Amino acid sequence: MPKPLMTATLSLISSQSSQALEARGLSCVRGDKVLFTGLSFQIASGDCLHVRGENGVGKTSLLRLLTGLSKAEAGAVLWNGLPISAEPSAFHRELLFLGHRDALKEELSVLENLQMYAALDDVQLPLEKAFAALRRFGLRGRENLPVHFLSAGQKRRVLMARMLTRQARLWILDEPFNALDINAVAELESLIAEHLAAGGLLVLTSHQSINLPELKVLDL
Amino acid sequence: MSALLAMIHRDLLLVMRRKSEVLTALFFFIVVTSLFPLGIGADPALLRKIAPGVIWVAALLSTLLGLHRMFAADDADGTLEQIVLSPQPLVLLITGKIIAHWIVCGLPLVILAPIIGIQFDLDLSSLLVLMATLLLGTPVLSLLGSIGAALTLGVRGGSVLMSLLILPLYIPVLIFGAGAVYASSVGLDSSGYFSLLGALLILALAFVPWVSAAAIKIAIE
Repeated sequence: MPKPLMTATLSLISSQSSQALEARGLSCVRGDKVLFTGLSFQIASGDCLHVRGENGVGKTSLLRLLTGLSKAEAGAVLWNGLPISAEPSAFHRELLFLGHRDALKEELSVLENLQMYAALDDVQLPLEKAFAALRRFGLRGRENLPVHFLSAGQKRRVLMARMLTRQARLWILDEPFNALDINAVAELESLIAEHLAAGGLLVLTSHQSINLPELKVLDL
Repeated sequence: MSALLAMIHRDLLLVMRRKSEVLTALFFFIVVTSLFPLGIGADPALLRKIAPGVIWVAALLSTLLGLHRMFAADDADGTLEQIVLSPQPLVLLITGKIIAHWIVCGLPLVILAPIIGIQFDLDLSSLLVLMATLLLGTPVLSLLGSIGAALTLGVRGGSVLMSLLILPLYIPVLIFGAGAVYASSVGLDSSGYFSLLGALLILALAFVPWVSAAAIKIAIE
């Protein structure tokens, strides 16, 4: 008898209270070039903000400001009304940031990478949950393969498994659709839709157009 | 606490998958300390006299060899950003990385020291003192080294700069470590050296993780 497959779906430890991310008068300066000034927006649970703009206009810089990785020249980023620097560990618990680098350890296997991040992010990741997440993104059977042997698209799929298991409210994704094939794009879109339906927030940059209802767009 | 253990586990696992870097430092230590008796010749009195200095200098340099990799590898693939964005305290995670570095680069030196010491005709009590000084001293080397590794993150030719930054800070450890072994080999009391080494270790443990964590935050900004 084959065991019934555990389906991998997104679960946020949800108190259904609405969360909000707010940028207030953000300015960013790189070198002597002013990238943007006085940038303000607010998004709440279920919102998706698509940051658009040409290369070098400051999309990634904006995302890094929102995560708190770099400090704004002026202005503030607020999570639920509090500056993110006030309680960084509480904010980081709700935050998943994926930059343009994979942040996967090439020497470790797919499963070890997931487990490492679960320990780092302080989330429980039972083995069957990890397997279910990997199965959903077509990586079942490759879980013991070192990430080194995966293609760029497969690495992004590992990241999708991490998004699924991370239990974060706020996703900040830099070019998440890069290197994905058509199927994977659809899978990522459905993952994002689940995240938003579960009351998550999302800020992303992408050069592709995205099929999502109620997409907010910010043009830099 | 679990964060600390997870970090140590992860770093040790990574080292197991890529052994060459660790073994390079270890072989360097063994080769350098073995070349001295060969080059100087069989003069037991002279060998006994230079043993503490030679072994300690070799320990210092072999620690430096892999030091720049401590954070650079994680910085290159973006993992360091994820570590900084972890809900766990960064200081704890950095401490975990430093402990892992010591287990990989410091602990083997402590274990190898008696074998190396025999080549220099050290007696049993001196060998034990040598091991004890290395046990107290090598964690200080890893701790202080983490500051250098963090400060030179993302700097081109960073490992040269790091050596310049860190070697002066290693001098007290070298003096007290080698001093203790020398004192013991000529029959003097070496407890004062141990107190000083212990004090260095406690001070470094108390302050260094915070300094390194701050340096890393600045480096990845």
